Amino acid sequence: MDKMKILLAKPGLDGHDVGVKVLARALIDAGFSVSYTGLRKSIEEIVDRATLENADAIGLSILSGTHNVLCQKLADVMKKQQLDIPWIIGGNIPAGDCDGLVKIGATAAFATGTSIQEVCNFFTKLQKQLAEKSNSNISKSKA
Amino acid sequence: MTVQAKDKIKNQQDIQPVYLESGIEVRAVYTADAVHHDTVKELPGQYPFTRGIHPLMYRKRPFTIRQYAGFATPEETNKRFHFLIKNGQTGLNVAFDLPTQIGLDSDDPRALGEVGRVGMSVDTLVDFEKAFEGIDLDKITVSLTINGSAIVLMAMYFALAEKRGYDISTLRGTAQNDILKEFIGRGTWIFPVEASVKMVVDTVEYCAHHVPKYSPVSVCGYHIRESGANPVQEMAYAFCIAKAYTDETLKRGVDIDEFASRLSFNFDIYGNLFEQVAKFRGGRRLWAKIIKEQYGAKKDKSCWMRMIAGGGGGGLTKEQPENNIIRSAYYALLSALSGTQTMALCSYDEAYTIPTEKAAEISLRTMQIMIHEMGICDTVDPLGGSYYVEALTDKMEEAIIREMDSIDSEGGILKNIANGHVQDKISEQAYLREKAIQEGRVKKVGLNCYKHDEPPKPVEFHPYNEAAARQQMDNLKNIKAARNNGEVESRLETIRKDAMENKNLMPSIINAVKSYASVGEIIQILKEVYGEYDEPIMF
Repeated sequence: MDKMKILLAKPGLDGHDVGVKVLARALIDAGFSVSYTGLRKSIEEIVDRATLENADAIGLSILSGTHNVLCQKLADVMKKQQLDIPWIIGGNIPAGDCDGLVKIGATAAFATGTSIQEVCNFFTKLQKQLAEKSNSNISKSKA
Repeated sequence: MTVQAKDKIKNQQDIQPVYLESGIEVRAVYTADAVHHDTVKELPGQYPFTRGIHPLMYRKRPFTIRQYAGFATPEETNKRFHFLIKNGQTGLNVAFDLPTQIGLDSDDPRALGEVGRVGMSVDTLVDFEKAFEGIDLDKITVSLTINGSAIVLMAMYFALAEKRGYDISTLRGTAQNDILKEFIGRGTWIFPVEASVKMVVDTVEYCAHHVPKYSPVSVCGYHIRESGANPVQEMAYAFCIAKAYTDETLKRGVDIDEFASRLSFNFDIYGNLFEQVAKFRGGRRLWAKIIKEQYGAKKDKSCWMRMIAGGGGGGLTKEQPENNIIRSAYYALLSALSGTQTMALCSYDEAYTIPTEKAAEISLRTMQIMIHEMGICDTVDPLGGSYYVEALTDKMEEAIIREMDSIDSEGGILKNIANGHVQDKISEQAYLREKAIQEGRVKKVGLNCYKHDEPPKPVEFHPYNEAAARQQMDNLKNIKAARNNGEVESRLETIRKDAMENKNLMPSIINAVKSYASVGEIIQILKEVYGEYDEPIMF
């Protein structure tokens, strides 16, 4: 598998982008291919962009407290558009909300206070899993 | 060389060098020879105001306490305002929800889940009438934390004052209204850079002629620092931005002495105590020189760097949140030692939520304890004359000048914000600082040292009030049904016409809000004329 492509996105109206930009730089340093949507994108725009860019994963950053509403919408739109890739959520997320976000469909939900390193480690692991999955698919198709 | 002298050199070599966040090296001991500037002979209240803008400062009147508040509906916000005033607060600092900040009405589909979440929701003048009910606008000064849609919200405030019978020529208050920093951090921009600046200048020009005691712009180094800038960059970029508004206002034929005294600043207070004090003292001296020497102001008042020095959110941690109470007390101390005019503190839970009533009260008490028990108001500029503080004040001033020159040599602040260069520089700093914290090179107590082993306690969150959001939408529907829609329509068209003809937009917007045109309707008209900002993606 080539470098894993991660699309970082800011849905909703929240303008806090220090964290997502710091994460973008850290992920690039850790060897990932990263693109960032900029502020205030609709969920539809984010899903379209992920499809267009052939992203391997989406990372949402939300700090205004609207994460439950927006994550549900992401899950719905992805299903409708048949985009089946892992997505994660971070920002200002109460630890108590994380399980619910995973139930909605997040591969991981990172609570407030998560270190950048933890997120990088998560993507490294995810990259490995995705590579194994695509290898086994290749061998299956060969058989 | 004597044995003692040799020992002295040996001791100096033994110690590790110390650098401030701004890159300035700190000596282990300061003596008189480190001070170059003649501040010793300076008096507070006299140009260039290094020691403070007033001769007697807090001895005459302590700084204004103005905590940031506002949530959900205007009715709820009004209750919190009365609570704060009852507890001794002397000014109000209004928080607006994100839809209001970027000019969307509560019933806009894009506002879903955001109505009243991070501040008060405002659709029409009715909301202002409710929010300020029972509050004497002559006694309590109101600060509106609004930027992208500031021209509309300021128009509403003036319309409200007129409606309640106040003479707006004596009305006081502040609007944040600093759109340029929104492109750097905070992100509530709406229009392209040029049109955005035009609207800020419209408000400055209008206030200079009609609301002369009102502060139409509070230039914010604060959010620039919160986005990752070091203290020198914070001051330098804020001054560049303030100069940009000044230059544009002068082009309208307004005299420098007619508006310079109404420009104010909003700065951050987290970080090394002495570095921040020196940043404010050096910055105050520099701003006075800029206004007098570069712009030829004649009045002393025009040269004042009036400021709110507060917040400090960037220094707070989610880990061991009670430690934030202690941090905020130190931040309050350094703000007072710097001669601030107004103070607000982030509450200890603000690293992760809207402050609870309890947390907001602790912030108020922190400032009150300092005023009444610590003797902070007894004498002006108590650190003045300290070898270290004076030497650092000089160094900070020099460093701010260098940073401003570098922006100017690269084509100026407007160009460097529009092309994303400033944002890029700051986000790189943010990354380097985050890395330094994660690697333990920059210490944060409770986060990367003196950590607790046990999992953090669950924290109290400010609940989102969905019923209130629905009520706000219902209210808007009712207002739209009850108002004179023909009048609204024609007043909105006047705004469009004035925008196309490049006229000052304040009069037509004031007229429109008086007939209960909504924030969203007015912003939509302006979007049709000016277009929207296309964010350069930099990280």
